[in-house]
Amino acid sequence: MTFKKSDHAAVPFWRDERYLQIIVQVIVVAAVAVAGYWLVRNLLTGLEDLGIPLSFRFLGIEAQFDIGETLIDYSRTSTYARALLVGILNTIRVSFLGIIFATLFGVIVGIARLSKNWLVSTIAAIYVEALRNIPLLVLLVFLSITVFQKLPLVKNALTLWGWAFLTNRGIYIVWPQPAGGWDVYKWFLLGSFIIGLIVAIVKYREGMRTGRMPLYWLWGFVVFSVLAAIAWLVLQLVAEPPLYLDFPSLQGRNFKGGKSLTPEFMALFTGLVIYTSAFIAEVVRAGIQAVSKGQREAATALGLTGFQTMRLVIFPQAMRVIIPPLTSQYLNLTKNSSLAIAVGYPDLFAVGSTIINQAGRSVEIILIMMGVYLTFSLLTSLFMNWYNKHTRLVER
Amino acid sequence: MTTLTPTKEILPPPSERFTVLGWMKKNLFGSIGDTILTLVSGAFLVWMFYNLIIWIFAKAQWAVVTDNLQLFMKGQYPAFADWRLWLLIWLLAVISGMGWGIFVKRAEMVSWVLLAVPVVLAIWVYSLGRTSWWILLMVDVIAVVSYFLGKRYPHKLARLTYLLMLLYMPLVILVVRGFGEDGFMKYVPTNLWGGLLLSLMLAIFAIFFSFPIGVLLALGRQSKLPALKTLSILYIELIRGVPLITLLFMGQLMLPLFLPDVSIDRVIRAVVAMIMFAAAYMAENVRGGLQSIPRGQYEAADAIGLSGFQKMVFIILPQALRAVIPVLVGQFIGLFKDTSLVYLVGLLDLLGIARGVLANPNYIGRQLEVFAFIALIYWVFSYGMSYASRRLESSLGVGER
Repeated sequence: MTFKKSDHAAVPFWRDERYLQIIVQVIVVAAVAVAGYWLVRNLLTGLEDLGIPLSFRFLGIEAQFDIGETLIDYSRTSTYARALLVGILNTIRVSFLGIIFATLFGVIVGIARLSKNWLVSTIAAIYVEALRNIPLLVLLVFLSITVFQKLPLVKNALTLWGWAFLTNRGIYIVWPQPAGGWDVYKWFLLGSFIIGLIVAIVKYREGMRTGRMPLYWLWGFVVFSVLAAIAWLVLQLVAEPPLYLDFPSLQGRNFKGGKSLTPEFMALFTGLVIYTSAFIAEVVRAGIQAVSKGQREAATALGLTGFQTMRLVIFPQAMRVIIPPLTSQYLNLTKNSSLAIAVGYPDLFAVGSTIINQAGRSVEIILIMMGVYLTFSLLTSLFMNWYNKHTRLVER
Repeated sequence: MTTLTPTKEILPPPSERFTVLGWMKKNLFGSIGDTILTLVSGAFLVWMFYNLIIWIFAKAQWAVVTDNLQLFMKGQYPAFADWRLWLLIWLLAVISGMGWGIFVKRAEMVSWVLLAVPVVLAIWVYSLGRTSWWILLMVDVIAVVSYFLGKRYPHKLARLTYLLMLLYMPLVILVVRGFGEDGFMKYVPTNLWGGLLLSLMLAIFAIFFSFPIGVLLALGRQSKLPALKTLSILYIELIRGVPLITLLFMGQLMLPLFLPDVSIDRVIRAVVAMIMFAAAYMAENVRGGLQSIPRGQYEAADAIGLSGFQKMVFIILPQALRAVIPVLVGQFIGLFKDTSLVYLVGLLDLLGIARGVLANPNYIGRQLEVFAFIALIYWVFSYGMSYASRRLESSLGVGER
C-alpha cells in the first residue's frame, strides 16, 4: 500500500505548529508595541501639557551650578552637556579606582579566609559576613557622616608623619610632581617600558618553545625598573631629578600641595572598596576551593614548592571559576557608584539629578543616565568575556 | 590457622587526640611567621572588642533608639492596626514551627538561636517598661506548640503547612494593607508605612510580583520563537545594565506621566520600580533552574506525548522552581538590602527614619548609635535568613536532586 499525498487530511492551519508559532509571535509583538505606543504617547502628551516637550536641546544651555570636583575644566557658565560629562568622568574615576582596590583587598581577604591560621581566617570571616549583610547605602551614609565629616578641623589635622593629613575638609597626601628633568625622563621611561615589554615577550616565546615557562612578566618588570632607575640616577647626577615629592603643608587656612581628596570622594571610595571586597573575597575563596584537592596533592608529589603550586596549578584553574562572578562584581561596583548622591560626590547620577531639579528635564536625563550605565555595563562585560575566552579551558 | 594471625592485636593508627595545646600549636603557632601573624591579629581583635564593648555599655547613649523604637519598627503605621502585624508574626511562628516539626523533626543549634531571639527581645522590651513583652514571648510559645503538633501529625499537617507557606506573602500584603473604609480591617494608606515594616513590605512586594513575570521572561528567553526571545533578552539585559536608583527615579518621575489617569502614591511607584528590577534578576535565576533540568526530562515528556504547554507546567517548571528556591532566598535578602535605596527618593524606610530621627535636635550627635542599630537590624535579618535557609537546605535537600 502506498501513501499518496491526498491520503493525509491537510492539517488545518490553526493546529499547524508552524503557523501557530508565527501567530503567537505576531500577537505578542503587537501587544508590546501597542502598550509601548500608548505609554509613550501618554508621556509625550503629558510633557507637552507641562510645557516641556521631549527634546535634548537644553543640553546646550548654561548649567549655572557648581560641581565640587571636576577632572576637566568646568564652571557655572559651562553647558549642561559639559556638566554631564564631568559626572561621567567622576563615575569612571571612582569606579576604576574602586575596582582596582576592591580586587586587591578582596584577594587578600579571600586568601586570608583560607589561611591555616585560625585567628586570621576568623577575622577574615567576620569581615566578610559583617559587610555582606548590611546595605551598601547604610555603610556609605555611615562612613560619610560618622567618619569623614568627623575628622578634625584643618588646624588640628591628624597626620601620618607629614606624609598625609586627615581633615574634615579632605585628605591630603604626598604626591610626586614633575620637575625640570621630567620632559627628558618621560622618554627614558617610555624606552625602558618598550625594552621591558620586548624582554617579557622574548621570555614568553622561549617558555612556549621549551615548555618551561619562566616568570616572564617578572623579567619584563625587573628590566623596566632597573632601566628606569638607572636613567633616574643619571639624570639626577647630570642635570636635575625628574620628579620631586610634593608634601602638603598648611598655608594660611588650608593645606597646599600634594594630592587632595575630598571627604565625599573618600566616603564613596572607601565604602565601595570595603563592601565590594567582601564579595570579591567570597568569589576568590570559592574559586580556590573549587580546584580539586588532588591537584594540590599531585603538585606536591611532583615536588613543586608552595608558591609554584599556587602559581602554576591552583591559580590558573581557579581563575576560570573566578572570572564570571568577578565580572558581575565589577559591574555591581560601577552601578553602585550611583549611590554617590547620598554622600554628595558629584557622579553622573548626582549631576543628573541636580539638572532634573534645575531644568525639569527628568525624562531626557533619565534616558541619558540609563544609556551611559548600559554602555559601561556592556563595555565591562565585553572586556571580561574577551578575557574569559582567553583563559578558558581548551576542551578536548 | 591461628599461627598465621599475629598474636598481638593490631593497633589502630595513632589518632590525633584533641588537646587545647595541640590545637593551638597546629592552628595558631605552627611556624614563626604563623606566630607573628597570630599575635598581631590577636592583639587587633582584642583591641577592637575591648573598644566595642566599652562603647556599647559605657559611652553610647541608647535613648535615641529606645525613644523611637516604634518609628524604627513601623513608621507612622497606626496603632489600631498593630494587632495585624503581631498576627502575621504569630502566623510566621506557626509556619516555621510546623515546618520544622514536619520536615526537620529534630532540634538543631539554629532552632535554639531562633527561639532565643524573641526571648531576648522580650527581656529588652520589658526592661524598657513596655507592655508588649508578652506578645513576643507568645511567638516562642506558638512556635514550640506548632513544632510538637507538626512532629505528632506530620502527614495531616503537611498539606496545611505548604498551603500556608504559599499563601503567606499575599496574606501579608492583604493584612498589612487592609481593605474597606472602616471595620476591623480598615485600609491603611501606604504613605503611613515606614521603618522596618516598609523595608520588609517592599521586599515582599517585589519578590512576590516579580515571580510570575520572571518565570515568563525566563521561558521567553529559553524559547525557540525569535520574537519572544529577543524581547525577553532586551528587557532582562536592559534592566540588569542600569542601577536600581535610576529605575526608582524613573518610577517616581516618569510613572505619573506614563499613566496620567491613575493616581499612584509614592510607595507604589517605588514598588513598581522594584518589581521591574527584581523581575529581570528573577528571570536569570529561573533560567539557571531551567538549565539544570537534564535533556532527558524534555525528551521523556515528548515521548509520552505531552504538548509543549503540558511539558512545561507539569514536568519542567516544578523541578526547575524547586531547584531555584535557595537562590530565591538569596535574591530576597538582596532585595531587602536594596530597599534602603528608597530613602534616596524620599520614602521613610529604615534608613529614611534614621535620617529623620537624627534631624531631631534632641538627638544631635547620636549618629553612631542610630547607625549601629539599623545596621544591626539589617544584619540580623539578612544573616538570619541566609543562615536558616542554608541549614534548612542541608537538612531538607532542597535544591539538590
